[in-house]
Amino acid sequence: MSSFQSLARAMFLGFRRDRGALFFTIALPLFFLLIIGGLFAKQSTPKSKVLEIGSVGVLDQMPADMRAGFEKSLKITRIADRDAALSKVKKGDYDAALEQNGDQVLIHFSAADQVKSGTAQGQVDGLVQAANQAASGRAPKYTLQAQQVEDKSLKPIQYITPGILGWALASAGMFGASTTLVTWRTKGILRRLRLSPVPIRTLFTARVAVSLGIALVQTALFIGVATLPFFGLELAHYWWMAIPMVLAGVLAFLAIGMLIGAWAKSQEAAQGVTQMVVLPMAFLGGSFFPIDQAPRWLRVVTEIFPLRHLNDGMVKVIARGAGPASVLPEIGVLLAFALVATIIAVRVFRWEQI
Amino acid sequence: MSNTIVASHLRKRYGDVRAVDGVSLTVEDGEFFGILGPNGAGKTTTLEIIEGLRQADGGEISVFGRSPWPRNPALLPRIGVQLQASSFFERLTAREQLRTFGSLYGVPGHKADRMLETVGLTDKADTRVEKLSGGQAQRLSIACALVHEPELVFLDEPTAALDPQARRNLWDVLRAINTEGRTIVLTTHYMDEAETLCDRVAVIDQGRILRSGPPAALVRDLGAATRVSVASGLLSVEDARALPGAEEVTDDQVSLTISTHDASPVVRALAERGALDGVQIKGATLEDVFLDLTGREYRV
Repeated sequence: MSSFQSLARAMFLGFRRDRGALFFTIALPLFFLLIIGGLFAKQSTPKSKVLEIGSVGVLDQMPADMRAGFEKSLKITRIADRDAALSKVKKGDYDAALEQNGDQVLIHFSAADQVKSGTAQGQVDGLVQAANQAASGRAPKYTLQAQQVEDKSLKPIQYITPGILGWALASAGMFGASTTLVTWRTKGILRRLRLSPVPIRTLFTARVAVSLGIALVQTALFIGVATLPFFGLELAHYWWMAIPMVLAGVLAFLAIGMLIGAWAKSQEAAQGVTQMVVLPMAFLGGSFFPIDQAPRWLRVVTEIFPLRHLNDGMVKVIARGAGPASVLPEIGVLLAFALVATIIAVRVFRWEQI
Repeated sequence: MSNTIVASHLRKRYGDVRAVDGVSLTVEDGEFFGILGPNGAGKTTTLEIIEGLRQADGGEISVFGRSPWPRNPALLPRIGVQLQASSFFERLTAREQLRTFGSLYGVPGHKADRMLETVGLTDKADTRVEKLSGGQAQRLSIACALVHEPELVFLDEPTAALDPQARRNLWDVLRAINTEGRTIVLTTHYMDEAETLCDRVAVIDQGRILRSGPPAALVRDLGAATRVSVASGLLSVEDARALPGAEEVTDDQVSLTISTHDASPVVRALAERGALDGVQIKGATLEDVFLDLTGREYRV
């Protein structure tokens, strides 16, 4: 085995046997995904609840296919008592109540939730139009076809998955690099390698290779779990661009971790400083909630975090279906972060404790 | 025979502290050389300069005729340095450690495994380093220093914190390595260890070499009294004082001890009187030389 291979193997074994590291890089992020993703998966856009008072002809005579579409956004419950129905709408238990008197369809709604009652009104309006048209006995002259251009309002799982994955990659990469470097120095492994004829870059490239491998495993696991029907992540066409994105992102995190490790004198200092970077970066970088709604100044400030760029790029290729070229700027920014941090780390680097 | 290490007038300061202050020494091929000195005497810094880990502020250093500074990859495979017993990759077994470090020198796996045998760790091959005892970890770190069969080996207090059995066991290992023709440079706090193992020692303090030479010669040069002791009650203190060559006599009710610079007539006279029960003859040791040179006061 070459020295590169055997160093990489040693580091990989050290990682695989480290229960703590496995927990923090794999189990904990997956657990987050389960909880947050699970929460949102249940809470799909809530339907408007509509009461049908007695029998409403336009509803009951609707063709089956039309009814199916109708019920995507409305949940219809039959009720006999008109007063009870109106009081339920008033209380907010239901969003609207429908009744039909001869040719007149009457909709009762509450102003409490305008969005849902609006949905109901719109739907019923369409329904009445369709019934009118059918009653005229003529084929419709104009038809409407709806085609979605893009998913503007992301389903939560579509940004939760890249976000939590980004956080997992950032903490694994940064903690891994910073604490490893300090351990190597304090335990004398750096010294041992410095005394061997192997060029020192071999040591670092081996470590980087192992970290990239771990990151790809994290990514595969994450995307695998999130695409399970329960979570319902739908991968966009160019999702594979996530791979170069992840690699570029991890390089940036490793470089920052190395910089912290080069500077820190003790394990505790390395961990503390890394935590101080990772946590705000995860929150402000859009890992746990989308940053699009934040004020403009905050969005500008968060651009100092590589994770922000990784998350942006990942949402683009995983969820929004953007083309491969659209994330090149993000990849470039991440690689620039990696380069700058590496240059500083090399300058700060010390072989020995003193 | 030529010299493996030639150091002359090495100097290194840390701030105001002269850690190494004009050290000159030569180590011949195949020699077992000891560097002795109290804590903070400059032993470690001297070694680090020779190993190429630090740059000297002044003086000349050559190892195998070359300068170890700046890092000299041509020199490194010929040198083995034993490091503190913790400098291992985490969570690897003894065998994996050795194979990993061996591979840095292009040593094939089976050859690395043989080194486990040399240091008596075959049955611990699959034990992770974290689970090794102090002595086992110490032996593994020596195995790591030897895995690429270097011609020159540096050992920094290899038997510190070992129990007597483990120490003896390690001594045997070190002697065997030296017998193979490898040059060994050892630092130690244990004077008996230096006396048993080393061909030559240098006593160093405050960054300077105070004296160097074969341990026996240093002891002889000290000119210290020999102490002959026998069981109490065989003869009186007065009688003992009258013996030829006797200088000082003490009796602690267990042993009667006679100090002398000429032991032969004392022992002969004791033999003539049939008073040799429980006889012990103790000459000065390297420890006496060490204390004589570096002083007896306690150092923090």
